[in-house]
Amino acid sequence: MAIETAEAKTPSISDIRSSLESGARNASAVVEACFRQIEARDKEIHAYLSINRERALAQAARIDDLAAKGNPLPVLAGVPVGIKDVLTIEGLQATAGSKILQGYRAPYTATAVQKLEAAGAIVLGKLNCDEFAMGSSNENSAYGPVHNPHALDRVPGGSSGGSAAAVASGMAVATLGTDTGGSIRQPASFCGVVGVLPTYGRVSRYGLIAFASSLDRIGPFAANVRDAATVFGVVAGHDPLDATSSPLPVPDYTAGLDKGVAGLKLGVPSEYFAEGLDPEVRAAVERSIDQLRAAGALIKPISLPHTRYAIPTYYIIATAEASANLARFDGVRYGFRAKDADTLSAMYRRSRDGGFGAEVKRRIMLGTYALSAGYYDAYYKKAQQVRRLLTEDFLKAFAEVDAILTPTAPTPAFKLGEKVDDPVSMYLADIYTVTASLAGICGLSVPCGKSAEGLPIGLQILGKHFDEAMVLRVAQIVEFVQS
Amino acid sequence: MSNSVSVEDVRRVAELASLELTSEEETRMLRDLNAILDHVSQLNELDTSAVMPMAQVSEVISDSQTATVLRVDEVRPSLDRSLIMAGAPETDGAFFKVPKVIER
Repeated sequence: MAIETAEAKTPSISDIRSSLESGARNASAVVEACFRQIEARDKEIHAYLSINRERALAQAARIDDLAAKGNPLPVLAGVPVGIKDVLTIEGLQATAGSKILQGYRAPYTATAVQKLEAAGAIVLGKLNCDEFAMGSSNENSAYGPVHNPHALDRVPGGSSGGSAAAVASGMAVATLGTDTGGSIRQPASFCGVVGVLPTYGRVSRYGLIAFASSLDRIGPFAANVRDAATVFGVVAGHDPLDATSSPLPVPDYTAGLDKGVAGLKLGVPSEYFAEGLDPEVRAAVERSIDQLRAAGALIKPISLPHTRYAIPTYYIIATAEASANLARFDGVRYGFRAKDADTLSAMYRRSRDGGFGAEVKRRIMLGTYALSAGYYDAYYKKAQQVRRLLTEDFLKAFAEVDAILTPTAPTPAFKLGEKVDDPVSMYLADIYTVTASLAGICGLSVPCGKSAEGLPIGLQILGKHFDEAMVLRVAQIVEFVQS
Repeated sequence: MSNSVSVEDVRRVAELASLELTSEEETRMLRDLNAILDHVSQLNELDTSAVMPMAQVSEVISDSQTATVLRVDEVRPSLDRSLIMAGAPETDGAFFKVPKVIER
């Protein structure tokens, strides 16, 4: 089944597989088609920060060799993928969207990327993102913003804007992004693709440049639910190199996709449909909920009473952790060093001042303030206490429902420049996504309609810890009734 | 929870964070931090005196879902030193070089 994206027919993973098996089209041709699409579209979209053409074509040739010899093909054989530039690949650049890592080449490969490549996926290049994954619009990239493929004057969402835009414009079949407060789900919603937030601990973070370690997760983007489930199944699983990764066995996430929703209890939290929700988003999400009801689901109104405290809680916890994680960027071991400093402490300060952008500095400052003597209890400890209340809201709700349905973002993609001068208004773009981040539960965003202007709208489906199979199964129905 | 940050606070925190802010950046930071902390102050509406802080997701999920077993303590190869040194701004091949630490 070919998938209609912003302007191109992108092959699905199973399309690629059948053309490889029948010999109709080889992996090199599939990869070349993606590179042609990048050449045609990426000047105006700017999703890729770097392209690794020779490396990709060498990998494709290996897959074609396997196929020619009649060997069994791995699950992602010949699938062109892009990787958010916060994940490392040995020998390739890893900028994290920051000037402080300009020119840095990683000495090892992230486990999630290694698993994709071991499964036959072809990495085309590294994808643009907000600096250190801090942002909701991709405008915080030191290398310039990504433009939304559906409307070039709009943001693609953030921080994984390049990962979402590349899939939406056919410049990759699947991509990896990261989500700390909504950075997979919100851009997936803005760009009209599927983006999966795995349960905390489901995907190894070895090789991820850390932002907020109690929240950071790696997950896939794809043009359809089945492809997202396939890629997710490849990257999920325990890794001895990440002590936070879970030892739970990984199920086949594609196996239960067609079970339907008959008899499932789906919760709709009133707090996510309050003031500030764009009427077109509300209409599209409510239409999707009606379609799920028509497909046999039991729709149940629920309450997640602490929802309104999620943004302040998130911005204290995430910035506190970021201030500690980003202390390692000091101009000593890697990255940018200011040339003019004659003492060590001046070198630290000037390297960090010259290397970090405005939003990163703002978050380091806020996090350092929240952790500083005299303020720790009032801010950091308080936020950790409210984090527990927000998490308990979900645990209570999941005693009664199988999954929860909400809008992914309060509005469709906003205009570039619209929110750059107002950090609080930018932070509120994550209002429906940070709650699941704090609770560690899984979720995804699946396209559920378009605004009158043709901008995509996403439905967020949230599930219990390690119940990704459930949210994918519900998403499959949402996608099916759209098509 | 006081929500008014002074310019002295901004300078003190910048020093703690090893950031050097220009006076223009200080002014903007003062405005932004106060706006954000004003938003954060709504957490005070909640009485959390009986709530345990939650630092990690593993606290709320079952033991079988988290890796509670320590790995075997055995010597394994690390990354090649020359590879790491190649990414550093200044080294002598064996060590990272930095400007002098002690003034005299």
